[in-house]
Amino acid sequence: MEKEVIALKGITKTYINGKLKVPVLHGIDLTIYEGQFTSIMGPSGSGKSTFMNILGCLDRPTSGSYILDGQEVANLDDDELAYVRNKRIGFVFQSFNLLPKLTAQENVELPMVYAGMDKKKRRARAAELLTELGLGERLDHLPAELSGGQRQRVAIARALANDPAIIMADEPTGNLDSKASVDVMHIFTNLYKEGRTIILVTHEPDIATYAGRNVVLKDGYIIEDKQNPHMAGLVDEGAVREQEKVVAGEVKPSNSKLTHSADTIEGRKDDLTKVDKKPSVDDLYDQLEEEIKRGDAHA
Amino acid sequence: MLKEGFLMAWASIIANKMRSLLTMLGIIIGVAAVIALVSVGYGVRQQVSDSISSLGSNLLMVYPGAPRTPGVRPAAGSDKTLKVGDAKAIAKLPDVSAVSPVVSKSYVVVYQSKNWTTNVEGVSPSFADINNWTIKAGRFITDSSVERRERVAVIGATVAKNLFGTEEPVGKDIRINNDPYKIIGVLNAKGSGSFGNDQDDIIFIPYTTGMERLLGKDYLNMIYVKAADGINLNQVQSDIENILRVRHGIKDSSKDDFNVRNMQTVMQTMESTTGTLTMFLGAVAAISLIVGGIGIMNIMLVSVTERTREIGIRKALGATYNTIIMQFLIEAIVISLFGGIIGIILGVGMAEAISHFSSMKTVITSGPILLSFGFSMAIGLIFGIYPAQKAARLNPIDALHYE
Repeated sequence: MEKEVIALKGITKTYINGKLKVPVLHGIDLTIYEGQFTSIMGPSGSGKSTFMNILGCLDRPTSGSYILDGQEVANLDDDELAYVRNKRIGFVFQSFNLLPKLTAQENVELPMVYAGMDKKKRRARAAELLTELGLGERLDHLPAELSGGQRQRVAIARALANDPAIIMADEPTGNLDSKASVDVMHIFTNLYKEGRTIILVTHEPDIATYAGRNVVLKDGYIIEDKQNPHMAGLVDEGAVREQEKVVAGEVKPSNSKLTHSADTIEGRKDDLTKVDKKPSVDDLYDQLEEEIKRGDAHA
Repeated sequence: MLKEGFLMAWASIIANKMRSLLTMLGIIIGVAAVIALVSVGYGVRQQVSDSISSLGSNLLMVYPGAPRTPGVRPAAGSDKTLKVGDAKAIAKLPDVSAVSPVVSKSYVVVYQSKNWTTNVEGVSPSFADINNWTIKAGRFITDSSVERRERVAVIGATVAKNLFGTEEPVGKDIRINNDPYKIIGVLNAKGSGSFGNDQDDIIFIPYTTGMERLLGKDYLNMIYVKAADGINLNQVQSDIENILRVRHGIKDSSKDDFNVRNMQTVMQTMESTTGTLTMFLGAVAAISLIVGGIGIMNIMLVSVTERTREIGIRKALGATYNTIIMQFLIEAIVISLFGGIIGIILGVGMAEAISHFSSMKTVITSGPILLSFGFSMAIGLIFGIYPAQKAARLNPIDALHYE
């Protein structure tokens, strides 16, 4: 098949708490291919965060092998890991993690600064990425001057800065309202369409449906790993737009073409039709008037 | 990377203007104090060495010793053993360029209705050169006036002012011990001596006149000796001691009936005293520099804690141990350097103000400026390294989740 971007073999992680050994991951094997959009789900305490930290090269596994983009990274030292994070991984965090005193453009430049790119080049690249994500007008804005969705877009641009092998998104919609969430998930879908490899960590099943592969972690094991042929972002554009509006609460849903959440939407539709059948005040008034007329006639 | 680090540090300093300024304040005060106080110290030193060299710096003075009589021994310098012949013998030594015998006593000097009590010194013509006197009007004592024991006098500026006021003294007669003396010259003022005494309150007459006509004695109060330039005064001193021992028939140096002192020793003592003073002032100021450094460390530690999340983000994005340590070190150094520069400007200004508004003299030299500049940079480095290490060692996972 395609190229393996991530190949995990027997990854374990054990924290040592005084004399007590706390095993968190019990030998995880996982292979992620280039261009895959994978979601990782799991309840709290499932080892999801630990797994995420190891995948993101923020932490080292206790044992096992982790080959990222053809390089064994399980035993690298701190500076080598920093280099891998800089070049191979683009991070998108729940709380955006932008530097508040730098402008949008400067924030996007940051990974390129650490990569040693010269100033002119990285400014141009940052501007280009932000423009692609619709923030061309806001290059000089500070994060505080941007909405949540815009901040997350800046963070996505920053993740793309060094053209990494994988993009790791940790609850990217956790701090966003539903409209901005759909917006951000759309960007990820577009990145997937461009052929990027995306790993999405989330606890929201709705968000996970945007991914083409769903991995579920529990108690330090992978308990489920299945393909999702109906990626939420890939259904026809018109339906998607409609769904955005539904989620944002702007309009009542019409006959939805969305398959993944059909049940709920159908359910809501039924509810709404029931509401429609209830008589309105005007109807009642009209009825009353007619009865009065009839009464007059009788008299 | 260095340029990036500098820019990042600059951005952070600008972003926290007030805090940066307060942090700098310790360094500013420290550096300004070092420069101002050391310049005061140098000023004192220069004043002392100026007044010593106004006496002549390669000078030796020969005093008579204390008489070795049974019973109560009189004070040193009161012996009658030093003779004109001794002065003439010293003058013949190889490295001696000038010699002047000195006799002196205090007299009431009278001009018309005014009188003034002053020291009258009998000296030779070379005394002006030995003791760095310059003539304002008229001339100094000549060889012929020494030979003829003339009643002539050269007066100092203080005497001229008190006896003559605005009148021109040259050519006038004054009375010393009721004998008339013609004034042949007036000296330029030298100001106060190294111990605050008024050097200009003096009258010079030929030593022959002084010994034979005024005081009526055949011994000297002291002999001034000027050594040739660039000669080791200690060598000349031992030559003088040897020749005087031979002339006075002394075999054992512990029985010397004279004392020889040389100005170089006096000057060295003075310089080491003022040097100690300068060191002391500088050290006091340096303590405030160190306190300033601790202030920097304190603020940097706060800054590291405050920016834990930022450090975590930077590390997640690929910042290495070195880039983080550089960022914080450069920040500390930039703060202390700026503090240093402002401190230098302030210190130089203070030194100028001190010499302008008070009688104290200050000497600004490049030494303490460069030193305190370097010192402030070193302080930034030393006190910045611990917080910077603390920042660089942060675990990115913990730092990212820090609230």
